[in-house]
Amino acid sequence: MSTATRSLPRTIGAHAVLLTYTAIALFPVILVVVNSFKSRAAIFSAPLTPPTPKTFDLIGYTTVIGQGDFIHYFQNSLVVTVASLFFVLLFGAMAAFALSEYRFRGNTLMGLYLALGIMIPIRLGTVAILQLMVASGLVNTLMALILVYTAQGLPLAIFILSEFMKQVSDDLKNAGRIDGLSEYTIFFRLVLPLVRPAMATVAVFTMIPIWNDLWFPLILAPSEGTKTVTLGAQLFLGQFVTNWNAVLAALSLAILPVLVLYVIFSRQLIRGITSGAVK
Amino acid sequence: MAAQTRPKRPFRWHIGVFLAPAVLVYTAIMILPLAGTLQLSLFRSINQAQVFVGFDNFRTLFGDPNWSVNFWNALRNNVWFFIIHMLVQNPIGVLLAALLSSPRLRFSAFYRTAIFVPTILSFVIVGFAWKLILSPLWGVAPHMLDIVGLKSLFTPWLGKEQYALTALSLISVWQFVGIPMMLIYAALLSIPDEVIEAAECDGVTGMAQFWKIKLPLILPSIGIISILTFVGNFNAFDLIYTAQGALAGPNYSTDILGTFLYRAFFGFQLQVGDPNMGAAIATMMFLIILVGVCIYLFLIQTRLRRYQF
Repeated sequence: MSTATRSLPRTIGAHAVLLTYTAIALFPVILVVVNSFKSRAAIFSAPLTPPTPKTFDLIGYTTVIGQGDFIHYFQNSLVVTVASLFFVLLFGAMAAFALSEYRFRGNTLMGLYLALGIMIPIRLGTVAILQLMVASGLVNTLMALILVYTAQGLPLAIFILSEFMKQVSDDLKNAGRIDGLSEYTIFFRLVLPLVRPAMATVAVFTMIPIWNDLWFPLILAPSEGTKTVTLGAQLFLGQFVTNWNAVLAALSLAILPVLVLYVIFSRQLIRGITSGAVK
Repeated sequence: MAAQTRPKRPFRWHIGVFLAPAVLVYTAIMILPLAGTLQLSLFRSINQAQVFVGFDNFRTLFGDPNWSVNFWNALRNNVWFFIIHMLVQNPIGVLLAALLSSPRLRFSAFYRTAIFVPTILSFVIVGFAWKLILSPLWGVAPHMLDIVGLKSLFTPWLGKEQYALTALSLISVWQFVGIPMMLIYAALLSIPDEVIEAAECDGVTGMAQFWKIKLPLILPSIGIISILTFVGNFNAFDLIYTAQGALAGPNYSTDILGTFLYRAFFGFQLQVGDPNMGAAIATMMFLIILVGVCIYLFLIQTRLRRYQF
């Protein structure tokens, strides 16, 4: 690279801007987590200093664990997210394979129909979805949430996966056909393993909004037995507004699992985004 | 590929099997309810029976001052919410992506990961964390302004009618700036080296290179980001609900279409919920989003020049 594009002041400037923004992005998160380990007096008197042995206190965490049934909420969230993710990936990949592999009448039209959901949010159908769930007796079950999130995730999954499936070599699939493999075997044994990076990208894009959603749990499954962790945290925060230790501890507990998952998946995510489909 | 002389093929059942689950779930849970919502907006429940009333619900929405004042207020706030995102979020996203994509930048993976962190957090966490930070009770915000000598500027932003909506929009920008950054970053990486080298040979470097070479090439991505921002903003609900409650206080100054829909549908305090009016509001949101998407598809996207390498 020529020296014109890499002068020292320019590099320092770039780092300064990026560092500043990184600080802005992380500051609130760090502030909440750090203060959740302090005693009430220290939270107010010195919010910007890390906990010292003198101000260290876990009272917030004991309150949260004693009060809310967070382990149960966490299980609900996990069941809903994993099940929806499984169906989105399986059904999405199957439909994407059909659309990208076979020529049949109505192929383009079907693709457009399935892509409609990318632009129009499912939330606008809430009124009718609730009636549907009431009619079928699924209100306050995790099944209702799983169905809704599956439908919500499918359009984008099909769109991204079919872009990737077009890149899988035709020769490979035809070789399989000559060897007498059925279309199902070709899909499950040959194509699916090859699009695994794309599946990871879709998984992250699908997972984050499902885990974080407040709207549908609030409307379709607000009962104690089916609360998700996001809804549970929201209600807990509402009740304990004045107990700052508990609020900060609850926030930290809600942040950590997502953060861990993100750090695990982030390399896959970035590779997936930069390798093509979502441009 | 060989020239295809197609013999008459038997019906290929496997295509149907592959498509069926996705199409069934998608149609049953997404398309039919959307259609159902549009239909419901034309009915009204009278003596516990649904009666067809034509456009009466819309006449109420626009004619009855109880509804129309709130609707226009929510729409105006929503437009302001969107303008702030376009003016703040997307330029910052482009700037960060441009800096990140500069060649041989150290720690770029770290910056990328860190700046994306707020995007993965739930609205509940974001709304509440910022509420605490901006709260005059805790005093973090005034304390920090004091360090740079600007303490006099502090007011409880979320509690004042004239600032609350802007403050919430900026919080939302803080949360979502990672998305334009990532997409623009991907677009910038996909510009071939030859184009950049050719520009350098012609003496176009630095800022001029960005404005004259790279920016035109990433315009289609900026278009997609704008329309995603538009759809997301006119569908927003969670942040306002978690930070200000369903009443979107102070005095409805942060009310947007999502919170307005929620209140109409479920009711609040003194008002009973009305699914038909809720459906009418959802229909209006549907139309607004549809108009926006159409403007983008037919007026903007067709005029964007695309370059093929």
